[in-house]
Amino acid sequence: MSITVSNLTKTYGSQKAIDNISFEVKTGEILGFLGPNGAGKSTTMKIITCFLKPTSGNVTLNGYSIHDHSRSIRRRIGYLPENTPLYTDMPIVDYLTLSAELQEVPRQQVRARVREMIDMCGLGPERHKNIGELSKGYRQRVGLAQALIHDPEVLILDEPTTGLDPNQIVEIRSLIKEIGQKKTVMLSSHILKEVEATCDRILIINRGELVADGSTEELRRRAKGADQLLIQIRTEDPGTKEALLGLASVADVRPAEKGSNSWMVDARPEHDPREDIFKLCVKKGWILTEMTPIESSLEDIFRELTEN
Amino acid sequence: MHQIWILCRREINAFFDSLIAYIMLIVFLGLSGVFTWLFGGGDIFFVGQASLGSFFGIAFWTLFFFIPAITMRMVAEEENTGTLELLVTKPISNFQIIAGKWLAAWLLVLIALAFTFPYYLTVANLGPIDHGATFSGYLALALLSGVYTSIGMFASSLTNNQIVAFILSLFIAFFFQLLFGQLATILPASLAGIVEFLSLNQHYHTMSRGVIDLSSLVYLLSLIFLGFLLATASLQRRAWR
Repeated sequence: MSITVSNLTKTYGSQKAIDNISFEVKTGEILGFLGPNGAGKSTTMKIITCFLKPTSGNVTLNGYSIHDHSRSIRRRIGYLPENTPLYTDMPIVDYLTLSAELQEVPRQQVRARVREMIDMCGLGPERHKNIGELSKGYRQRVGLAQALIHDPEVLILDEPTTGLDPNQIVEIRSLIKEIGQKKTVMLSSHILKEVEATCDRILIINRGELVADGSTEELRRRAKGADQLLIQIRTEDPGTKEALLGLASVADVRPAEKGSNSWMVDARPEHDPREDIFKLCVKKGWILTEMTPIESSLEDIFRELTEN
Repeated sequence: MHQIWILCRREINAFFDSLIAYIMLIVFLGLSGVFTWLFGGGDIFFVGQASLGSFFGIAFWTLFFFIPAITMRMVAEEENTGTLELLVTKPISNFQIIAGKWLAAWLLVLIALAFTFPYYLTVANLGPIDHGATFSGYLALALLSGVYTSIGMFASSLTNNQIVAFILSLFIAFFFQLLFGQLATILPASLAGIVEFLSLNQHYHTMSRGVIDLSSLVYLLSLIFLGFLLATASLQRRAWR
């Protein structure tokens, strides 16, 4: 099921939360929705899930419009809102049963689905507790379980890994990846690593406007700056830096933080200095112990796009 | 219809899982019982006839205070904790949400009323009770509770603060409970008739004496429905903020 967002605008009073956003998500795609706090990520998701009405514009899921077929859309979406609001007075199993029933899961399948979700989201050891007694991480899993309970075609997750410990984050990520193979997944985050690790495609939004759209590689390619290399050389020769600077393909050499005789090498645009460096080492009889290409990180791209 | 019932079941379970239902039952039965049987002056033994009239007179006031206490949290709390977001993004309409919650609150009141059935048995043992009037009195109580539940749901849907919802629904209900009746006495005769008709007091008292008037039934049912519509509209409004 594909999501098409066209010319979506939402204003709160005089403030524009999102401003004329258009994009598309295809089936089987995991879309990461990135942006600083207050950029309009949650608002967009709330509109797609029919919680809020847009000021103008439309969202369609396989032709179902949020204006005309809200109920059909809600039946096909699994939604995990920010902060995971759940009924804290209910036991996990009862809550999941309620969600299944409200999502119109056939009566005879409800029990099986609840059991499946408990296994899938690792809720087994806590299954008889009230939701109010759970830790943040487990609540998050319950939230994910209720979003998945009716096997939705579209999954909308608003900051699914906040408050989880590193192990849980890895688990949830792999769960999302697994789900994303067959379904359309859209997740928001302001943690770049997370998006990089799980998503096929990234949208960056800032102050209500789309500022970037593409795969991680594409975004990286768009980022300014030439390639960087981290090299380490074992030698007693004091003239390493000068020798490196003497290469035609090298623009700049700085000592790296890592230790003695480690250097950060900036390449000249359109040049690949790796071969030259290797040949230089052979010629001089140095031992090259490390040569790592440093990719400009998503962090840099993100900061560049969302600052000022 | 199915969605309404699912939600209603969840709300009733929530009542009985927390202390709300038990406190409500104990306090309602306790207060009504004391005033009906032990208070002297207006109590059943003083009336000198086998009638539940004094109970109906008292329940009119106890329900006026208790129903807002039950309904105040129903929408306000969900809005406050954010669970409303998960509820309305499920395939359930706003009307169904209001109806399910209304039904749960109303059923809880009906359960409380059912516990007063022994009053009826006791009085029936004491003397010849008017069965018709008793039935009509209970019907009036059920409808009255429906109206207050509707008002309470509407008040709760207006705010995310439970206390505000409680006071608001008391305030709205107070017009129907007392103020319209009082207003009728000071207005010119042409208006007085209309305002008098709006007062629940009058409808309730004729019904609890055993007279079921079609206009009363229609009036009470339309008040219930009006509350439904207003609460639904108020829930709908949230999406446009």
